[in-house]
Amino acid sequence: MKRFVYADNAATTPVSPAVLEAMLPCYKENYGNPSSLYGVGQAAKKTVDAARKAVADALGAFPEEIYFTSGGSESDNWAIKGTAHLMAQKGKKHIITSKFEHHAVLHTTAALEKEGFEVTYLDVHHDGLVRPEELEAALREDTALVTIMYANNEIGTIQPISEIGAICKKHGVLFHTDAVQAVGNVPIDVKKQGIDMLSLSAHKLHGPKGVGVLYLRKGIPIPNLIEGGAQERGRRAGTENVAGIAGLGVAIREACSSIEERAARLTAMRDRLIAGALKIDRSRLNGDPVKRLPGNVNLSFEGIEGESLLLMLDMNGICASSGSACTSGSLDPSHVLLSIGLPHAVAHGSLRLSFSDQNSEEDVDYLLEVLPSIVDRLRAMSPLWEDIIKGKTVY
Amino acid sequence: MAYSEKVMDHFANPRNVGELADANGIGEVGNPKCGDIMKMYIKVENGVIEDVSFKTFGCGAAIATSSMATELIKGKTVDEALKLTNKAVMEALDGLPPVKVHCSVLAEQAIKSAVSDYYRRQGIDPTPIVGELEEDCHACEI
Repeated sequence: MKRFVYADNAATTPVSPAVLEAMLPCYKENYGNPSSLYGVGQAAKKTVDAARKAVADALGAFPEEIYFTSGGSESDNWAIKGTAHLMAQKGKKHIITSKFEHHAVLHTTAALEKEGFEVTYLDVHHDGLVRPEELEAALREDTALVTIMYANNEIGTIQPISEIGAICKKHGVLFHTDAVQAVGNVPIDVKKQGIDMLSLSAHKLHGPKGVGVLYLRKGIPIPNLIEGGAQERGRRAGTENVAGIAGLGVAIREACSSIEERAARLTAMRDRLIAGALKIDRSRLNGDPVKRLPGNVNLSFEGIEGESLLLMLDMNGICASSGSACTSGSLDPSHVLLSIGLPHAVAHGSLRLSFSDQNSEEDVDYLLEVLPSIVDRLRAMSPLWEDIIKGKTVY
Repeated sequence: MAYSEKVMDHFANPRNVGELADANGIGEVGNPKCGDIMKMYIKVENGVIEDVSFKTFGCGAAIATSSMATELIKGKTVDEALKLTNKAVMEALDGLPPVKVHCSVLAEQAIKSAVSDYYRRQGIDPTPIVGELEEDCHACEI
């Protein structure tokens, strides 16, 4: 029987009831500006302070190290551009990142290259994992920053963040991580893991869109990205998104209070889906099978194209995403899938299914019921599939 | 990106899909690297396309334009089929998103490729009649 399955939680998540409940008073009763002296203003300030504490607790940071932003992209831009410009004053103009970062990172480093910075893009190999020894070998006297994502947004691979943090600390290089996909899914302790800067976004963990955080360790005087009023201790201007911040505070507390049990449940669902889907002829799992986010499944099916696959899934009530060029609006398939060595034609036939705690085993059953017949149907009309089964095309 | 109802109809219920056993002209255009391959089969008798079918690897628009193109040339003369433009295919589908216009170009080229193959099988040089074919999608050659 047809059902609705939202399996695109890596794109965004629905706001949880408790989050919405925390947000509404910020629009109704406590609508004041946190910078104002009177009651409704101060109530809003308290809300912001409480959320700051919740975020700090979730990350093992101090509240004064938490800066609210408009989301993951702003946090990435601020951390990377800020560190680059800070360290350039000391003649350090080299940045190390990986080939499969989010575009918020890659387009930022590309912009810095135009300004004269040099960027090393580390290989992520066939399993989608950065090698710490390759990172260490890439460090130079003039390295200003290492920025490596915590977990990849498409294939879900979890990077060796603690090892990278230790290497950066040993060499005295600042370390930023885009943890947008990781927060709430894996336990994080910025102090223990040697993380100097971390970006996160509320809407990936059942919080609202348009709000995020940059954790910035004390004593790193990066210049501001957004200039203006004295909000966020003079480091990020603009009247606070009080409702969004309140929602983020609740969302991160909810997500981080139950990481272990949720991870166990989602990992079991994930692995059952992977095992079932891999029974489809000429299918493959993209990214390491173990070092990956609990809710992330990324598959490729030879001989078919991702957008048609998504359209057919949608006709069956399933929301998912793909790394095919057609779904990205560009001509090339996902840079992430190419970075792990997938041929273009195989990358076009990729499918990402991402679960949150709102998914169930019944969703997995339904996906496994629907997916094989859709793949068969598209393959039946694919001349590429015809070539593959005749052995004319081999991947 | 939103597809028209007609595009979705032709995607969900493609017309004339599959191989044509007694085809006397088969054309294939596109490239797996780009994510689009269209293969078109025609059966020509007395200068008329009596039957036509297609197989497509590609996005929703690629499948829908292939399907619509086969409908538009079925029962038409070869000369009429050669006059079918990508614009006519798009109009018949109530339009395509701008990034998908190349799919309709591919459909036009697939017809020309199949007709060329038909002429070659008849011992006729197709180039003066059909013109130069763009069997690869140039969008990807950047």
